[in-house]
This record gives sequence, structure tokens and C-alpha cells, in this order.
Amino acid sequence: MLRRRKGSEPEKSSGGDSKDQREDGSKKEKEKEKGKLKSTRKWSCIDNCCWFVGCICSIWWFLLFLFNAMPASFPQYVTEAITGPLPDPPGVKLRKEGLTVNHPVVFVPGIVTGGLELWEGHQCADGLFRKRLWGGTFGEVYKRPLCWVEHMSLDNETGLDPPGIRIRPVSGLVAADYFAPGYFVWAVLIANLARIGYEEKTMYMAAYDWRISFQNTEVRDQSLSRIKSNIELMVATSGGKKVVVIPHSMGVLYFLHFMKWVEAPAPMGGGGGSGWCAKHIKAVMNIGGPFLGVPKAVSGLFSAEAKDIAVARGIAPGFLDADVFGLQTLQHVMRMTRTWDSTMSMLPKGGDTVWGDLDWSPEAEYSCNPKKQMNNDNKTADQTEKGSLGLKNSVNYGRIISFGKDVAEAHSSRIERLDFRGAVKGKNFANTTCRDIWTEYDDMGIGGVQAVVDYKSYTADSILDLLHFVAPKMMSRGDAHFSYGIADNLDDPKYKHYKYWSNPLETKLPNAPDMEIYSMYGVGIPTERAYVYKLIPGAECYIPFQIDTSADGSSKDTCLKGGVFSVDGDETVPVLSAGFMCAKGWRGKTRFNPSGMQTYIREYDHAPPANLLEGRGTQSGAHVDIMGNFALIEDIIRVAAGAKGKDLGGDRVYSDIFKWSEKINLKL
Amino acid sequence: MALLRRRKASEAEKAQHSGSKSDKEIERTDEENDKNISNRKKAKKAKFEGKKKWSCVDSCCWFIGCICTVWWILLFLYNTMPASIPQYVTEAITGPLPDPPGVKLRKEGLTAKHPVVFVPGIVTGGLELWEGHQCAEGLFRKRLWGGSFGEVYKRPLCWVEHMSLNNETGLDPSGIRVRPVSGLVAADYFAPGYFVWAVLIANLARIGYEEKTMYMAAYDWRLAFQNTEVRDQTLSRIKSNIELMVATNGGKKAVIIPHSMGVLYFLHFMKWVEAPAPMGGGGGSDWCAKHIKAVMNIGGPLLGAPKAVPGLLSAEAKDIAAARAMAPGFLDNDLFRVQTLQHVMRMTRTWDSTMSMIPKGGDTIWGDLDWSPEESYVPRKRKQRDNDSQTAEQNDTDTLDSQKKGINYGRIISFGKDVAEAPSSEIERIDFKGAVKGNNVANITSCDVWTEYHDMGIEGIKAVAEYKVYTAGSLLDLLHFVAPKMMARGDAHFSYGIADNLDDPKYEHYKYWSNPLETKLPNAPDMEIYSMYGVGIPTERAYVYALSPYAECYIPFQIDTSADGGKEDSCLKDGVYSIDGDETVPVLSAGFMCAKGWRGKTRFNPSGIQTYIREYDHAPPATFLEGRGTQSGAHVDIMGNFALIEDIIRVAAGATGEDLGGDRVYSDIFKWSDKINLPL
Repeated sequence: MLRRRKGSEPEKSSGGDSKDQREDGSKKEKEKEKGKLKSTRKWSCIDNCCWFVGCICSIWWFLLFLFNAMPASFPQYVTEAITGPLPDPPGVKLRKEGLTVNHPVVFVPGIVTGGLELWEGHQCADGLFRKRLWGGTFGEVYKRPLCWVEHMSLDNETGLDPPGIRIRPVSGLVAADYFAPGYFVWAVLIANLARIGYEEKTMYMAAYDWRISFQNTEVRDQSLSRIKSNIELMVATSGGKKVVVIPHSMGVLYFLHFMKWVEAPAPMGGGGGSGWCAKHIKAVMNIGGPFLGVPKAVSGLFSAEAKDIAVARGIAPGFLDADVFGLQTLQHVMRMTRTWDSTMSMLPKGGDTVWGDLDWSPEAEYSCNPKKQMNNDNKTADQTEKGSLGLKNSVNYGRIISFGKDVAEAHSSRIERLDFRGAVKGKNFANTTCRDIWTEYDDMGIGGVQAVVDYKSYTADSILDLLHFVAPKMMSRGDAHFSYGIADNLDDPKYKHYKYWSNPLETKLPNAPDMEIYSMYGVGIPTERAYVYKLIPGAECYIPFQIDTSADGSSKDTCLKGGVFSVDGDETVPVLSAGFMCAKGWRGKTRFNPSGMQTYIREYDHAPPANLLEGRGTQSGAHVDIMGNFALIEDIIRVAAGAKGKDLGGDRVYSDIFKWSEKINLKL
Repeated sequence: MALLRRRKASEAEKAQHSGSKSDKEIERTDEENDKNISNRKKAKKAKFEGKKKWSCVDSCCWFIGCICTVWWILLFLYNTMPASIPQYVTEAITGPLPDPPGVKLRKEGLTAKHPVVFVPGIVTGGLELWEGHQCAEGLFRKRLWGGSFGEVYKRPLCWVEHMSLNNETGLDPSGIRVRPVSGLVAADYFAPGYFVWAVLIANLARIGYEEKTMYMAAYDWRLAFQNTEVRDQTLSRIKSNIELMVATNGGKKAVIIPHSMGVLYFLHFMKWVEAPAPMGGGGGSDWCAKHIKAVMNIGGPLLGAPKAVPGLLSAEAKDIAAARAMAPGFLDNDLFRVQTLQHVMRMTRTWDSTMSMIPKGGDTIWGDLDWSPEESYVPRKRKQRDNDSQTAEQNDTDTLDSQKKGINYGRIISFGKDVAEAPSSEIERIDFKGAVKGNNVANITSCDVWTEYHDMGIEGIKAVAEYKVYTAGSLLDLLHFVAPKMMARGDAHFSYGIADNLDDPKYEHYKYWSNPLETKLPNAPDMEIYSMYGVGIPTERAYVYALSPYAECYIPFQIDTSADGGKEDSCLKDGVYSIDGDETVPVLSAGFMCAKGWRGKTRFNPSGIQTYIREYDHAPPATFLEGRGTQSGAHVDIMGNFALIEDIIRVAAGATGEDLGGDRVYSDIFKWSDKINLPL
């Protein structure tokens, strides 16, 4: 085009040659510049972007194609080439040993790990019918956060569905095999059981709505009846072979509740008769069970800072902490979680007797040292204890919440405490502006908050009073469903009420001498045990208390880090809570275990995955990752295939659980 | 262009000014010109380089990039779009949509009352892998059947191997465990976007149903019914779940909704549950009366479906329910290799359940050489329905030609169109039963796919063709002749006759339980049985076959697709005689039992259970936006029919058949039923 124009223009110009030439020249120059401009314009930013995106997409598709065309065993080859041959998964190994399906298996998932789906919702949740609100990809959390919070919350008074909203647990093995894509919970165990012949008719996932209190799952969904019926069916169709129950995390408490419920007479109970457990259950293999509660639940309820209740932390680190939605993320989360009655099932049970008081705690001598130097350090700790009174060095784990680091470490005689129970709760008139998010802190007023701080140090007993003080509505719901004490006389008829059923210190185990109870949990990971709190000055719209993350121990080996005193455990449940009942409370014939059923402790020492290729590791001891621990899976498969605790080798202990249990002065 | 002109003007001015300029200047301009020329060259080079950069690969990348970006933007818009926009668009085009039945009935105040049990049919239930051979690595607990069917394309032979059952036992082959998916997800969607039960579930949820009051009785639809109990204890599971639901709902009885083959499965269940252990479930003789309020059969092939016959004979069942709609031509294409059909036949012949749908009741029900209950049927066009049936009646009365015009539906398989239409006296038939089966020695090399046809030899095949016409009764002999091993398995699990004396103790055997003509209904006078099915779609009823010439490795029989009726509205098309029905099940099979066999107190229904017929006239979706339509009568699509869903919801919420308005009939089912001479 350019040239054609060039050709026609000289004809038109009838001036002198020089003129023509000059014109021509300058024109050409300019046209050249234009041409340059045009060609560079073609390579403009957008084009470059498109080109770039195109390249990436093509490469991506190409790789995807290769990945799909690749034989499925290829990643394994690579891994083996790098790390050496992998051990057989336990299912394969035990199949070679000749183990086959024997006893049907029941899984009881814990809090948070079970999927929840929408059956009825408000306008904003349009199109989500039977889609997962909890579990899966959590896409809706990001898309419509407030709508999500609204639907996940329960009614503040009844602890049941809010009007117009029905969220229900997903049923079947899919309910909790994967928590999110790629993040397994039960999937590894299921796959290994399948290797020796298990399938859906011999495996049952006792999914329940983990947000509501245990008895309410029966009231609303008849979940307990469902579990009973399914266990009966499985026992009947497997020729009378009893089931092996495998609860995890809060599922442990849920199944304790179930065992009491099923033998209690209707209508409060299931009416199964006093021999039901003996007839239907071979063994209960508790994984990481918070039998006596977890201190983490306290901080969770107190200031919504339970960084993980089980897995949430692993999935989205910082997710709850970051102000993703707005400034008041934590308040939203707190409002939501406080409507979940189940969180209250995990408050520490047994009070000062179990968890320690101001000066004493069963784990007082524990030192949080790196594993390899444990022996040496123990010695030095002993020495210092002998040298001084030992009180300075040992941690006062009994003070689950202390306001200020100095209070946490001071001798009890030096702490001045003002009782908060009578304190008048003021009204924050100024607060009405931030009332769109309701937390009970708004009702407390400055006077109340100050009173809480003045008490300074809270033990397991006084924590209950504290929670009653700061969250009276929530705790009044909780009191109807849970109890945290120790029974003096188990034959007292009041213990027939369901609120005691999930507390092992206020119930008797069923009369089933042939049944076995296992406590299986990870050890070797620092686990939250006590907290240093601080008051946030002048924070009207915020939660007034916060963990004082600046409180750190001085030396390297200290147990205090980021305002948290830690102790041995599986990152969520301290050893004491997971192990005490099987180590002492139920061991032999005690008043909690009148028929003298056998108990076993199986600890799994944590070893982090050696390299990235191992994923979450096959020797992990962490609360959820332990579900992929080969040693644990092997134990479970052996028991499912018919072995007894003795065949497994009885107890398997790495921690000081027996020593600590000894120190607890509980009447048996 | 504007730019160009402006520049030109300025140049002209310059030129005027420089009119009297010295030579030096001219020289300079010459130099400039030289420079310009070199510049031009450079520019050309640059242009050339630019062109080089725009090579083919770059263009491709650019193009892909554009497409991807646009795609992402659209995707983003789609995701941020409020969920109700598609509805707005649809409403703008087609006018306001009716409320879905769940919403409508909720407004009327209906709430969840009776627990509901779904019994899916053949093919629609998902199957997943629990144990497999090497080639199926990585598919643990992935769906082999249902879902995206990705593995069919990826590793077809492996897939066929895993989906097949053992040829002798009809159970798992060694080392392979494929199991039904459980829960509502088993059959809510057959494939992404292709609903089966999902619409019904969603509507029930609107009036308050949830998983504790809905149960999907998923079973492995490949197995014989009794074998689902033997292998998976499925029947026990259903019994236990119904008992649980009744108990947790304060004693309210369950409403059962079987679909397609699920209807037969549930018939089997009702006999099983009351029969004493170990063969039965030991529920006692009043179990059904205590636990079941109503059985609402949807499109049930109670007397079998003729479609099952070509399926077994020549693997030409173009759909057994949904497969056809999903992947039209999928089974017919030679996708994997030349022997697709043989592979499919080998696989489907190991599935005992297909034999449950062979026509039952023999010539008495389905007609013989000269007679059939539907013989006066004339395909109706929707709008002219009344006129057409009048003319048909006129024809009937006018001449004796009616026999010529009427179609011999009784001849379910005829070899050749002439045979299909000839009067019976003109057909010469040579009995095939004694024929010697030859051995095709030559065959061993070429055919790696085994079907039983290889054992028949040419002699046997000829003998089959020479018998020429097969009615429902002789069909069974035919199948026994061509597939003796399969039928031997089938005989152990199914029966196709009519009982003379139902009190004969032999009828306590489970093989009779799924045949309504050889069992009594349970003793439950308060129970109701509904037969709900679509009408108004031509449905396969009889076939014209041809011998495929000299096909050693192929299946020797084929539907003669060249056989066509002369007129436009003829019933014969592509070798298939069709009749009124829902595209899979003819009206006769779906409706006869409720119209006559069980109506009132009969020997098949001793306690006089109420029966109702609910027909749904097919109307194809008006526009593309409607998807599969809300008034469809097709076998699977009827699950989204609003009228049917409304009926179900009303019954689940407590209504009886009388409240619904009793029978609702469009077809000639009562007329046809009357013609069947069955002692009741």
C-alpha cells in the first residue's frame, strides 16, 4: 500500500525535481517512521501478553498430556530412584502374610474432618444445593464469605439449625476420606484395608455433623441410631463377627457417648440393652483421642486463636488469622465457632486434679528439648532441681491461662488475684457501632474485661468459671450437653443423664470384658498446653484478649514460645489427655472400668518426612497426618484381621505417660 | 488518512518556502536523500525482522493466548454472574417458567412425611473399582461406570476386562472387585450434567427431605438379583435401612420408587424379605405391610422389554436405558478395533441382569404368529389423535384386511421382511432345536474375541435362520440354542413363564421372584402399587433380522436395517417394528400388571392391593434452553417430568392414589389388556 501511494504522488506534484526529491525524501522518511511505528505497534504490550499466555498454555497442555499419557507407576519409579526402594504399604505387606478380611470396621471421624453439604439455604447460597460447604475446595469461602459464615453458623440459643438453613453431613466413605483434594484423612487407611479384601460392605464411615453436640446429632439426624443399625447390620452380614471401631480425634469422645447411649434405655438412649457393646464390638482403637480435653480448645473459645482445631491450620496456614474478609475476620470466626456446641466437648476435663493447679502439674519436670539431647538435658534439669527448689525451672503447666509472662513464672504466693466472679459487667455504649458482629464480649464492658485480667492466672477448674463469665450464653448451652468434672460416686443416678456420657471420668465403660480399648497417638511434637495472654488496650471492636506472642523463653530449649507453653504430644492433643485413661484410669479393674477390659497404649514417635517426595510422611505423629503412619495402619489392619492387643506386643511407649499418670492423684 | 493529509499539507508549505534555495541546500537534500535511501533499507530490514518474529509458531502462540485469555475472562464473568441469570434469560425468551413441583407443593404446605427409597435401574448406577489387575492401576475407588467414562477411551480393553463378570458363576472374576457406589451420589447423575435422580431429589429436598429420609438402594446391576445378596448383602442392607428409616420417622412407612429394572429388583426384594432365611430375609409375612406404604414403579419392564432380545442375540440394544442418549453411536462405531461389538457382546453376556428383561409370559402375553394384543395399533400423531383412531377403527370394521394391515407384533424376530408380513400359513419353518452345531475349525486364528457363536458353526446358524419366525415363547428356545452357557446361568436366576398354580411349592424358589406372573404380591392390603410410565414415543417391539453373509469373526445375525415400511407413518422402520411406549419399555409391559394382572383381588394379588396407572404423554422440550424437558415421557428423561415428580411428592407427603385422581391414561392399555387371555 505504501508503495502504491508513493507511485501516484510524484505524478501529481508538478514542481521542480529538487522539490520533488525533497518532498519524496522527507515523505519517505516519515512514512518509514510510520511503518516502524506500525510494526512496533503490532508488537504491542497486549500482543506480547497474548503471545506469552499462549506459550504458557501450550506448554501446560503439553505437560498435561505427557502427565496423562505417563504410566501411573512413573512417580514411584522416580521416588525410588532418589530415595531408594520404598517399603511396601502395610496393606500389601500384610496381604503377603496372608491376612484377609475378618472383622467389619467402623470409622468415626473427628471434628472438622467430615464434609458438610447444603440441603436448604437462603437466597445468597443459590445454586449450592448438595454442594460441600465444608471440605472439598472451600471455594465458597472466598466467593461469598459472609454467606458462608451465615450458613455454617448454628442457632445461638438451641445449637441446632437456624431457620431456613439445613446443612447436613455428607454420608458414606467420601465424607472424610479426603478433607480437601489431595489432603487425605482416612483415604490411606481405607486403601490399605482394601488390599486385604475390605470393601464398602465391611467398612462404614460413621459420619455425623461435628458442629452440634453429640446428643443433638441423634435428636436432629438420628446419627446414633444410624450407627447402631449399621453396626448391627454389619455384624449380622459378616456371620456374627464383631466390629472394630476406629475413632479419630473428637470421634473418640463421640464414640464414648455412643457406647453409653446405645445401652441406655429409650427414649434418651438407644435401648440396645446392657450387653450390646459386648455383643457387637471387638475393639475400640482410638487415634489421637482428646479423652480429657485439649488446652487448645480453651484458647479457641476464649479468643478464637485455636490456630488449628485439627487440620485447618495445615490446609490454609494463616487463613483464620489473616484479615481476608475485612477487618473482623476473627470476630466472624469466633461468632461462628461459638455456635458450635461440639467445641465445648474438648475443654479440659478433670480440673486441677488432672491438669494441675497453680504450683503443681503432672508434667512439671518435662523439658522441651530437641530429641537427641534428651538424656543429657534431663540430667541437667534434675541437677538444677536438686540445687534450687526447682520451681523456677519447671514450668507451671497448671496455669493454663496467665496474664503476663511474669505471672506465668512467678511463685503462686506472689500472685495477687482479685476474684472476678462478682464483677459487674458494664455496658459499652460506645460499642453499638461495631454491633454488626455480635460476640458476647460486647456485653462485658470494660469493667468485666478488667476483672478477668485481675484474676491473673487460671487453672483447669477456674477456666470453666472464666468461660462462664465471658460467654454465659454459650456455656449455658454447653452445660446442657457436656460436663467436665470427676465423679465421686459413679452409681449416683444423676450420671444417667447424657451430658456425662462423653466424659470418661464420669462414666463407667460398658460391661464387655472381651472388648479391648487402644489409645494410639503420636508423640514427639511440641503441643500447646498453657498460654500467656495479654489485654488489648482500648480495643472496642476487637476481642479484648490475645495470646501474647512476644512472651518467649530465654534459652533455646524453653517450652515457652510465642506465648504458648508446650509439652509432648501430637501437636494438638497432649500426651496426658490421650494416654491417661488407658495408662491409669481404665487400666485393670477400676471404678471407671468395672468389667476390667484390656487397655493398650500405642505411641508413634514422630519423624518428619525425609524429603518432599514423601508428602506428609509415612512415620508422622501429627494429629491428622498420623492417619498415614504405616506402623499405625499395620496395627489397625492386624486387629481388624483378628489379632489381639497381646499379639501386637501390648503397650508401645515413648513418652513419660506412665510416670505422669502416676503423679495424678485420682481415686480408682 | 487524516494524518496523511495533514502531513502532505505541511510538506507542500515547506516546498513553497524552499522555492529559492541555493544549490548547497539542494546538495544537502541530496545527501539527505542518500541517507533516506539507506534509512529505507534499514527500515526494510527492520520490517523483515519484524516479519520474521511473526513466524507461524508465534502466531499460534498469540492465537492460543488470545483464546485462553478470552476464555478466562468469560469463565470469570460466568463465575461472578449471579446464579439466577440463566433463568432470567430463559424466562425472557420462553416466558415465565412454571415453579418446579417442589416449590409449588411447598407453597401448598406439603412437608416431608414418609421416608423415600430410590431403586435405580440397570446402567444408571455407578460402579467403582476396589481391586483390579495391573492395567487398572491408580483407579482404586474411581468410577469405572458412570461419571466421565474417561477410562473407556484411555484403556478400553482393560475396562472391558474389569467390567466383565465370570462367565460361569456370574460373579467376580478372580482378582477383580468392582462394586456399586453407595449413597445418593450412586445414581443422582449418570454422567456430569446428565441427571437421573437428581431432579427428583432436589424437589423432594424443597419440602424438607434430606439424607436421613431418602435412601438410594444402590446395587450392582450387572449381577443376578439374588447374587447381589450373596456377594454384597445388598438386600439385607436395603431391609435394614428401610427398617431404620421407618423406626426413626416415628413408624411412618416408606414410599419406594423403583425405576426401570429396579422395578423387577424390588419385586424380588418383596418376595425375598418375607421368605424365611437362609434363602430369604426372614422378615415374616407382614414385613411389607408394616414397612411399605406404596411402590411407585417408574417405567418398569414388568413383563420384560423386547429390546433385551436383540441385545442378547446380536448386541444391538442401542440403548439399555441411558447409554444411547449419552454417546449416540458409541457402541456401534468401530472405535477400538474392528471387534467392538464382539467385545461388548462378550461383556454384556456375562451380566446376568440383562436376562431379567427377556419378555415374560410367552405367547399368551406377547402374541403368537397371527395374533398380538396390540395388532390394531396405529401410530398416532399428537394433534390428530382422535381422527386417527377413528379411521383405524373404520378400517377394522370395514374389511377383513385388518389382518393384513395389522402388524404381527407377536413375531418378535422374523428373518426377512416378507416373513414378518406373510400370513402364518405361508411360512415354512424348519425346527432348529435338533440341529447339529458344527465346529468352525477355521476360526481359531482370526477371532481373539470369544462369543458363543463360534461354537455354533455354520450349520447351527442356518438352522436358526430357517426357523424364520420366533414368538416370545420360542425366543427362549432360540437363546438357549445360540447361547447355552449364558442361558444356563439365567435359568438358575430367572423364569419367564406363567404360573398355573401359584401355590405349587416350587414357586418358593428365588428364580421366580422377579416374574410378576409367577409370584403373588405380599399380603399387604393397605399398600399401593403405581405404574408410572411415559407414552407417545415409538418403542421397539419386534425385529426383522438378516443373516450377515459369511462373517466368521462377526456376529452372524443383524437387524435388517433396510427393512422399512412403505408409508411415512409405518410402524416398521430400519428393521424395527415399533409401538407406543417410552422408547424402551412398551406400554403393554409397563402397564399390564397394574391394568389387569393385579387389578382387584386376583390370584397374583390375593390381598387386593390397590393399583394405579399413571401415564405421562411425551412432549419434547420446546426449546433448546429447556434441556431434557419438563414433560418428557422418555425412559430416563421422565425422571425430570414435573407431573411425575408432583405425583411422587404428593404420595410421599401422605396422599393416596385416590387423592391423585386414580388412573391417568393416554394409551390403549386397558383395551389391549382385555385382549390378553390370562386366568386371574
